[in-house]
Amino acid sequence: MTNLRIILLIFLIICAIAVSFSRNLLVSIVIYMAFSLIMAIVWLILESPDLAITEAAVGAGVTSILFFVTLKKIRSIHTTAEEDKDE
Amino acid sequence: MGSFLTNYEEVAAVILFVIGMANLLLQPNLIKKIIGLDVMDAAVYLFLAAKGYIEGRTAPIVVDGILDAEHYINPIPAGLVLTGIVVSVSVSALMMALTISLYREYHTLNLDEIMMKLRKEEE
Amino acid sequence: MSKLNPNYENSFWHHFSQWVKGEYNPIDGQLEMNAPDKEVFGDEKIHYVHLHIVKTQNYNERMFEEGIARNIRRFTGLYRILGVLVALFMICLLLWTVNYLPQFGDPNAPENNEVAERYIEKGLEETGAVNIVTGMILDYRAFDTFGESCVLFVASCCVLVLLRVDKDDNPDSRAREDMEDRHYEPKNDMILQRVADFLVPLIIIFGIYVVLNGHISPGGGFSGGAIIGSGLILYLTAYGFEKTRHFMNERVIKTLTVCALTFYCFAKSYSFYTGANHLHSVITPGTPGNILSAGLIVYLNICVGIVVACTMYSFYTLFRKGGI
Repeated sequence: MTNLRIILLIFLIICAIAVSFSRNLLVSIVIYMAFSLIMAIVWLILESPDLAITEAAVGAGVTSILFFVTLKKIRSIHTTAEEDKDE
Repeated sequence: MGSFLTNYEEVAAVILFVIGMANLLLQPNLIKKIIGLDVMDAAVYLFLAAKGYIEGRTAPIVVDGILDAEHYINPIPAGLVLTGIVVSVSVSALMMALTISLYREYHTLNLDEIMMKLRKEEE
Repeated sequence: MSKLNPNYENSFWHHFSQWVKGEYNPIDGQLEMNAPDKEVFGDEKIHYVHLHIVKTQNYNERMFEEGIARNIRRFTGLYRILGVLVALFMICLLLWTVNYLPQFGDPNAPENNEVAERYIEKGLEETGAVNIVTGMILDYRAFDTFGESCVLFVASCCVLVLLRVDKDDNPDSRAREDMEDRHYEPKNDMILQRVADFLVPLIIIFGIYVVLNGHISPGGGFSGGAIIGSGLILYLTAYGFEKTRHFMNERVIKTLTVCALTFYCFAKSYSFYTGANHLHSVITPGTPGNILSAGLIVYLNICVGIVVACTMYSFYTLFRKGGI
């Protein structure tokens, strides 16, 4: 159990570092999603199932969806701005 | 010098906190700044929940009518963190809405460029 | 430091206070942007002077921009080094602090005091909730949770203010929003619709289960509300706004959220009038383990679930098209 705990915590740190060093924003959002999922397992190991279910629904689900929608919105604003410039 | 090598959760929480803070300080990209703040949030929650954990006890859900405090872990950090997780979502949603408005105005996500454009507008 | 000092304008404190007030920027502190020396061209011919002034103006502008760029480069370099130093300092300080914390999983640590003991030993009897965490956050600390629901409501209002596109004001921007919304997305995706047909009822029923069983199993209003909200988001992604507008429009969301918050407020405020002794005064806890037990906790969980689900759904719709 201790080994599993250590491995999960190392995964957490690797994910947090990879978020800051990835070039692509989409990639960093997906890594953040993985971070939240690992966090949910850590909650379960720390005997807090309430937190695990909330983190899985809120952190990995809704926050990531909001990040994706933000990225999509920004890209579409970018494309329409380019089209306006072309015209 | 005792608890440094056995408190894995606390050490990981501290490292995650500093990674999130470095993200906030050094990343020019606004979306990565928001992710950095979320990582900081998660680090604080991990620290709190790790303080509430007690070795060999189960989650605070009463099973078989056992009402002995020796049998369950500390429920207070779980309650605090549960409140915090949902608030952090609304905070990041608000920051993302601000990011979208900034992008619509200045067409960039880079905070330095936004500052440059702001200064040029002022002159 | 006093303003009576004749050299106050050049003193460090003056610069510092100006910087704090935001009137002075370290980026353009001492730029090489002195005004062009007029006397040099004093005796030249007029057209030559004119040409020269234009030239010097261009030159000055270029110098100005180069100066800004150089200063910014110097500033960002310094800033990066300082940021790394602050992060390293912080990590050393915090690791040093961790060294003095009690052992992980220690039952005698100072935070496992009589408060937690009291919650565990008397919680089931006083609140009727099998899940002690739910009993704690919805009974002992119910005002805290009420404040948090209000935070969610206020956050969705703020996003509404920031991203809303008005229907009447400018029809152009509304059409632009719609066009932007469909940029990267097929309109009626067959695969997504079939999967959503199968998954959306399951997700929403699971969310309702989590909300209603909040007091006897892990879960509760927050997680169940988020699950219901993601089910609604999946339905919206598959079928578009025309279908969801029938049952989740702005009026419905407003009514649901305000009704839930008002019910929560009144359900908890009556303890002011009963002398803060509300636990057994009106609704008895019932048999622990039943769905309809634990007094008000079930209804408060439903309120919180409604608020969270509506907030998540309205966040998504506001981000996508600037209106619910």
